[in-house]
Amino acid sequence: MSTAASTPRPPLPSDSPAQSAPARSQPALVVCGLGKRYGSVVALEGIDLTVEPGELVGLVGANGAGKSTLMKIACGLVRPSTGTARIFGAHSDTREARRTLGYLAELFRFPGWCTGSEVLRLHQRLSNSGGDRRERYELLELVGLSDAANRRVEEMSKGMQQRLGIAQALVGEPKLLLLDEPTSALDPAGRRAIRTLLQELRARGIAVLLNSHLLGEVERVCDRVVILAGGKVVTAGRPDELTTRGGVDIQTGNGIRRFPDARRQDVPRIVAQLVSDGFEIYEVKVIRSTLEDAYLRLVDPT
Amino acid sequence: MTATFITARHVVQESVRRRVFLVVFLLTMAFLGLFFLAAVKAFAGPAPFVFGSGNLIDAGQIASITTVTLLGLGAFASLFLATVLAVFLTLGAVRGDAERGLLQPLVVRPLGRAELLLGRFVGAVAVCVAYVTVLYGTVVVIVHQAGGQWPDHVVGPGLALDAAVAILVAMSLLGSVFLSTTANGIAMFMLYGAGLVSGLLASIAAALGAQSLLTIAHDMAIVLPFEGLYQAALHALGSNQTGVTRVLVNLGPFGSSHAGGITFDIWSAAYLAIVALIAIVAFERRDL
Repeated sequence: MSTAASTPRPPLPSDSPAQSAPARSQPALVVCGLGKRYGSVVALEGIDLTVEPGELVGLVGANGAGKSTLMKIACGLVRPSTGTARIFGAHSDTREARRTLGYLAELFRFPGWCTGSEVLRLHQRLSNSGGDRRERYELLELVGLSDAANRRVEEMSKGMQQRLGIAQALVGEPKLLLLDEPTSALDPAGRRAIRTLLQELRARGIAVLLNSHLLGEVERVCDRVVILAGGKVVTAGRPDELTTRGGVDIQTGNGIRRFPDARRQDVPRIVAQLVSDGFEIYEVKVIRSTLEDAYLRLVDPT
Repeated sequence: MTATFITARHVVQESVRRRVFLVVFLLTMAFLGLFFLAAVKAFAGPAPFVFGSGNLIDAGQIASITTVTLLGLGAFASLFLATVLAVFLTLGAVRGDAERGLLQPLVVRPLGRAELLLGRFVGAVAVCVAYVTVLYGTVVVIVHQAGGQWPDHVVGPGLALDAAVAILVAMSLLGSVFLSTTANGIAMFMLYGAGLVSGLLASIAAALGAQSLLTIAHDMAIVLPFEGLYQAALHALGSNQTGVTRVLVNLGPFGSSHAGGITFDIWSAAYLAIVALIAIVAFERRDL
């Protein structure tokens, strides 16, 4: 099995600057007062969210928090009970909106009798993308499946099918990607490859809404993080806004010295003082709480 | 329409490529082989006999009865096997595929849900109509080879069977919007069985002269027009038979034969359109 991390990354399909940009001045996704009820169960309530072009926004929350429902409303699979979701200004349940987005569902499957290349060809045709064999090859190369282009889906591992799902989401050069747990079935190398891919997509101005339980991953790649709980936005912000300082640890020849109130900008002064006091310095670590700490503090204080 | 065509083509590809269809092909071949043997034996076996109060059934009439009965068996088997194919092609088309995660990647593409469902319908109908046409045609040829007789009408019954299977495909697609895969499969075969029972009831009612039972059976054939079309096909296969032969054919084991007509054809077309419309509206409103 080929791995995405083991091969040099090819250019993204159609890296040419001549992209048909849809109303670039508009936000990629605007969710306004969004609510969804299933009978008496409130899945989402009063959600407001904006994703700008080129922005990578992480969506985190416990199981049942409403993340997948939000994703499904954004791509027109589920109808909201209240509020609206617009993609580059178009209502999310319109063809105009769907022309600009790529979606990877949390639970998806492709027909087992199709080969990887055939899956992509079907989606090229349905999206009327004008993509050809070259685009398919590049997408498969991008996710490390070029060797498996003619392999039936039923003969692929779960990880390979996940990569194929990501390639499918990229068919037609979407301007907004909605990725629901894209790395759930991937090994560490595959996850790293997807992280790199997401950063490349962001650099090209593609907006990404990423739903993931892997908070470390979200913290690493996302520009902003939205935490959902009970169908509501609990907090949102840059990862460094959501995490908190935790002091500075300095490893000296006499062991670790902790400065709990120190900040990053205090490090040179503290190190200089320790050196002048005769300590040998081996390592300096600025301690911050992780996104996981922040998440647990907000969602599950117990 | 392009998306409909693409989806239909995908369904046809699936039909050809999935291994289960190799099994269908082999079983169909086995059925046709047995049918050929049965036809040869049936035409070789019977001798003239006395029916009722001294009416002689001559060899010519026996050949006609044998022909129509074998053709009835062929029509019954063709529709039954095509129904199995139609149901298995479509029983999970919406809810089943959505639960398995097959549908969502397709629905988010810039095509209408109506086009997607229409594509599934066109693809499944193309496969099933081709299947039932080839099967029915082969049955007709086998009967001719074995007994030297053609049905009274060849094309009309075939078209009626085609229309019946198209209605069954539409009903199965409608069921797939609301029901899980297993529930839809059960529901479809129960509806098919209900149609079959109504045909048998009509045969019994005709034999007994029970008018109210006959009315119930005919009403069921209207509510389930695939059965009415099947009865019309049976009728057309032996529509020129008269007298004792007609009576015996009407008592045939494969359900009542009842002339169709343009009104019933229009009703069948309207029924198909109504079922398709309800399926599309329900699919448009369904959360996936």
